Amino acid sequence: MTRPLLTKDELEPTRLRWRRPRLRLGRWSSPLGITGAAVAVLWIIVAIIAPVIEPHDPLAQNLAILQAPGHGTLMGTDELGRDVFSRVLSGAGVTIPLALLLVVMSVLIGAVLGAIAGFFGRWVDELIMRITDLVMAFPTVILAMVIAAALGASLLNAVLAALIVSWPSYARLTRGLVLALRQSNYVVSGQLLGFSPLKSLWRDIAPNIVGPILVLASLDIGTAILLLSGLSFLGLGAKPPTAEWGSMVSDAIQNFDSWWLGLFPGLAILTIVVAFNFVGDALRDALDPKSNTLRGGGLTL
Amino acid sequence: MGETARTVRASHPFLRYAGRRVITSILLVIGVTLVTFILTNLVPGDPVAASLGQRAAEDPAIVAHFRAEYGLDKPLVVQYFTYLGNLLHGNLGISTTTHDAVAADLAQALPATLEIAIGAIVLSVVIGVVLGTVAAYRRGKVSDHVLRVVSLAGLSVPTFWLALALYYFLYFKLHIAPGSGRLSSDFNTPHTITGLYTIDALLAGQLDTFFDALSHLFLPVLVLTLYTVGLLTRFVRTAVLEILDQDYVRAARAKGLPTRTVVWSYVLRGASIPVLTVVGLAFGSLLSGTVLVESIFSWPGIGSYAYQAASHLDLPGVMGVGLLIGVMYLLVNLIVDLLYGILDPRVRLA
Repeated sequence: MTRPLLTKDELEPTRLRWRRPRLRLGRWSSPLGITGAAVAVLWIIVAIIAPVIEPHDPLAQNLAILQAPGHGTLMGTDELGRDVFSRVLSGAGVTIPLALLLVVMSVLIGAVLGAIAGFFGRWVDELIMRITDLVMAFPTVILAMVIAAALGASLLNAVLAALIVSWPSYARLTRGLVLALRQSNYVVSGQLLGFSPLKSLWRDIAPNIVGPILVLASLDIGTAILLLSGLSFLGLGAKPPTAEWGSMVSDAIQNFDSWWLGLFPGLAILTIVVAFNFVGDALRDALDPKSNTLRGGGLTL
Repeated sequence: MGETARTVRASHPFLRYAGRRVITSILLVIGVTLVTFILTNLVPGDPVAASLGQRAAEDPAIVAHFRAEYGLDKPLVVQYFTYLGNLLHGNLGISTTTHDAVAADLAQALPATLEIAIGAIVLSVVIGVVLGTVAAYRRGKVSDHVLRVVSLAGLSVPTFWLALALYYFLYFKLHIAPGSGRLSSDFNTPHTITGLYTIDALLAGQLDTFFDALSHLFLPVLVLTLYTVGLLTRFVRTAVLEILDQDYVRAARAKGLPTRTVVWSYVLRGASIPVLTVVGLAFGSLLSGTVLVESIFSWPGIGSYAYQAASHLDLPGVMGVGLLIGVMYLLVNLIVDLLYGILDPRVRLA
């Protein structure tokens, strides 16, 4: 790192208190961000109401196998005669909630451990940071693959593996932010007033560091979806009958001529990940224009 | 001991810096083996039953003999050192899918992966630096916005799907790209020197084999490049923007130096250090990418091997790949750090 982690005016920021975010549309009106948000919201709605709007049961097998799109189906049927359109819709309900859960959990675990490391320092800091070093010594997908294989193939184990590889970037980011704030005047004066460490962290430090953490989290939703579907593609996630996008693409390799088997689930992954990445990018411009969150890790799939 | 410490202290600051980095890397390699060891021992299934079969596993005498033979009755710490000893002897266990030694399998697969990885990293660094510099220079203009959208989209594409789609269109439909594998069926494997078919063919003077191998590299390299270019472009853009703000660049522009000189001698030199970091990161994502795309092109590298091992839950195979890629990744990042020290005196003096 040549650039100092934080510049001087970031080191002594104006103190922020918890408050309702003011809506300043001027900074938020990025066309890409709005398009992304619209697509993401649409997908989330699909994920919720998928069981209602599916034209067929996504698991129901049929004699009309490997039918091309048209002939009464929007996206054709797969090698067991299941309706691909219904399976793509149903896949939204599998991947999106798990990816959101994964990101929320990584933020919570990473932020808490990072705050502890940054605030208390010494051996606690040393221990937590060495663990993050160890996790980050592997490329993300590779470590997640190894862990998921050891835990056994299931969607929940895939989420657990993804969680183990993704919390360290939040821990590092949070630790850096806390370290930068720990010595600032208002935090020290709070402590002189007798604030407990917990109160100091929550009242004085937390409101000032949520911005960058949120930005990293929003950029990470797309990565989480790619990671989970990648693990399923490797056969380490969703088990066969489940309609999951990554495993649907994996199944498509066996029936290479039937292009619709792989095309549509892949497009589903692509559109939702692009949408979340556009949102994250716009959020970064709005909330955290100076820092380079990319460097913290995250997008290294 | 004290004497060595003094010689180290007296030595060149770069050597001291390099020594520190090498020691950190060695510690991390040990950490990596610890991770794979813990994960191997985490397996819910009983290794005894798995290896002996049901009937033998019911006989306590056979089980005790087996556990003693493989050291499974020893404490975990002893087992770890046995494991470490095995690793140092190149013993990574036996794959349950190929029934061969994992180390031998990996050694055979590695050159194929290196060939696409080297191709993709070189290509993506070149393209990423060019596009990132253009985007920074045209900040806020149309081309900057277009590049932002393109690189974000590149980061969002599931690589395994992109590989399948390109293979389908360029090979199956349009017949532009050659089929799967490293060579067409009517070519013989060139005499192995490096294991990289393109280089081996050149060394053997077989130009037609060289071009065939090169054409087979096209699709896998393209897919991996498209992904890493997105990452690199965005990073180079940020790095170049920061440099463009520096006084010395402003001075160079103010005194009327041609843009080309400013870019080459001032901007890219300054940006080379942050860009190096991201090349290390990009290499990691590239190695992950090979695991997700090689199998689609039937490319016989460690990626296909990992795919096969993972889908059969072949634990020794998966752990072997994890270990190999982990160590390669650490090695690349060590090289990056050492280059850092050479390029930027502040790093080694800190």
